[in-house]
Amino acid sequence: MNRLVEKPSRKWSALRADFPVLRQKVHGHPLVYFDNAATSQKPRMVIDALRHYYEHDNSNVHRGIHELSNRATAAYEGARSRVAQFIHAREPAEIVFTRGTTEGINLVAHSWGTEHLKPGDRILLTQMEHHSNLVPWQLLAQRTGAQLLYLPITGRDGLLDLSQLDSYLTQGTKVLAMTHISNTLGTVNPVAEICGRARELGVTTLIDAAQSAGHLCLDVQAIGCDFLAFSGHKLCGPTGIGVLYGRRERLEAMPPYQTGGDMIASVDYDHSTWNQLPHKFEAGTPHIAGAIGLHAAMDYLDAIGRNDIFKHDQELAGYAYDRLSSMKGIQVLGPSTGRAGLVSFLMESVHAHDLVTVADQFGLALRGGHHCNQPLMKLLGIEATARASFYFYNTKVEVDRLVDVLGEIRKLFGS
Amino acid sequence: MFGELSELYQEVILDHSRQPRNFRVLDGANHQAQGANPLCGDQLTLYVDLAGEVVRDISFKGAGCAIAKASASLMTTSLKGKTRAEARALAARFRELVLAGKSDFSNSDKLAAFAGVHKFPARVKCAMLAWRTLEAALTESPERVSTE
Ligand SMILES: Cc1ncc(COP(=O)(O)O)c(C=O)c1O
Repeated sequence: MNRLVEKPSRKWSALRADFPVLRQKVHGHPLVYFDNAATSQKPRMVIDALRHYYEHDNSNVHRGIHELSNRATAAYEGARSRVAQFIHAREPAEIVFTRGTTEGINLVAHSWGTEHLKPGDRILLTQMEHHSNLVPWQLLAQRTGAQLLYLPITGRDGLLDLSQLDSYLTQGTKVLAMTHISNTLGTVNPVAEICGRARELGVTTLIDAAQSAGHLCLDVQAIGCDFLAFSGHKLCGPTGIGVLYGRRERLEAMPPYQTGGDMIASVDYDHSTWNQLPHKFEAGTPHIAGAIGLHAAMDYLDAIGRNDIFKHDQELAGYAYDRLSSMKGIQVLGPSTGRAGLVSFLMESVHAHDLVTVADQFGLALRGGHHCNQPLMKLLGIEATARASFYFYNTKVEVDRLVDVLGEIRKLFGS
Repeated sequence: MFGELSELYQEVILDHSRQPRNFRVLDGANHQAQGANPLCGDQLTLYVDLAGEVVRDISFKGAGCAIAKASASLMTTSLKGKTRAEARALAARFRELVLAGKSDFSNSDKLAAFAGVHKFPARVKCAMLAWRTLEAALTESPERVSTE
């Protein structure tokens, strides 16, 4: 594991001061927040942006001619441009605001999928997909008569078996939807390589970037995907706002998803025409404050530097992996090197929910269960795992605390 | 150990979770039901041998957390020889205990060990799983029980 040298540790713990929520005790112990893969905490700057908007500029967008509406529209569209820049889209029109990753994937499965798939076509996912990148495709397969396939993983080390990629991408496969980073295994998938191959074979691609967007530099053109979805709340932004990126040609060839106000060009009693991109996909009043908060979150992350954030994540995860896997009776899932900022693990004869309940009493926020990955868990023959997931405000001292608490848990359950 | 945690993981509970009693398939069972907490991955099968109205024997199999296992284990040890009506009455009292912390169990009753569960709302369904499955097993047309 290549460790990062000296520099950041002081800087990283200083960033904690930006997060009001981290300054508290839980059950009498300083909070150690290790549930970042579920949602990240929010810095003061994001909270202030929301507040500023509601206190000064609150109005509806794209409709009013008055000053506040102009400001709200400018701020909302400014956020869209910022997202385009954040992920290197060609233009803001390729950015659709959604409620989150889940809604973005549903939009594509409905709108693109229903239009483009026919009986016998194949939809390719991987065995490590989150339910939100699985169930929408399952339903699409049922609606269209298409067939679902899963690119296998190699085992508990959680790597995709790329030797089989070509055979899965051919023979009628129309779309590949896959996660960038696994929220259970911590695997970082080589999405650019895979999308490149898919493109050569004429397969449309969607990347679930829920776990990666706030942790590393994303470049949709370098990845070469057709669609990419993520959630604001996992990258220091508010809940209820997310992003769907789609290449213009793709978005243009798709029918609307939801219909109503804002997404139309003209409406007659018997006929309507659609607004231009991206508004065609944004029916109704959007989450304006959410987009503004997301803008602030992206500024905040880029001031820190996403390359450094990813290095820090990887260093913490590597450290946690080493410490946990050297403990007796602990098994860590996922790759031993190059993992993203999380560790999922099993403790012999202690159920994940008991572990997480006890950890909570020590002020540690972990996650226990199947992490919305039920098929994967069944495949691995596991009921539930405990998971610690990190962000830039977490420290090695906190990982040490986790190790100590796991020792206490072991004592309590006496095994 | 400290405070609320030791109230939750009482020695009796830890004991029964490590070595669950009546943990087997019951060949002579004439009633059977399955229960699951889908979000947790807990699942159990309950086997009941009813002789008329009386529980002649009862057992379970399955996987789950310490609270779910201990609850199922202690339930089976508490129900042998009870009538169907008595079993239902006990289930109702147990429910009050884990939901509201209201205990009319004597201290010598091992089920009283679950009094601490109500302080951990997320774990109530673990303690209730076996008992809800029992309700299904005691009815004439048992179905799969899900507590979520
Ligand atoms: C890999 C992955 N995909 C999708 C999602 C769904 O994100 P959201 O619930 O914000 O729509 C998550 C979040 O848990 C995730 O980890």
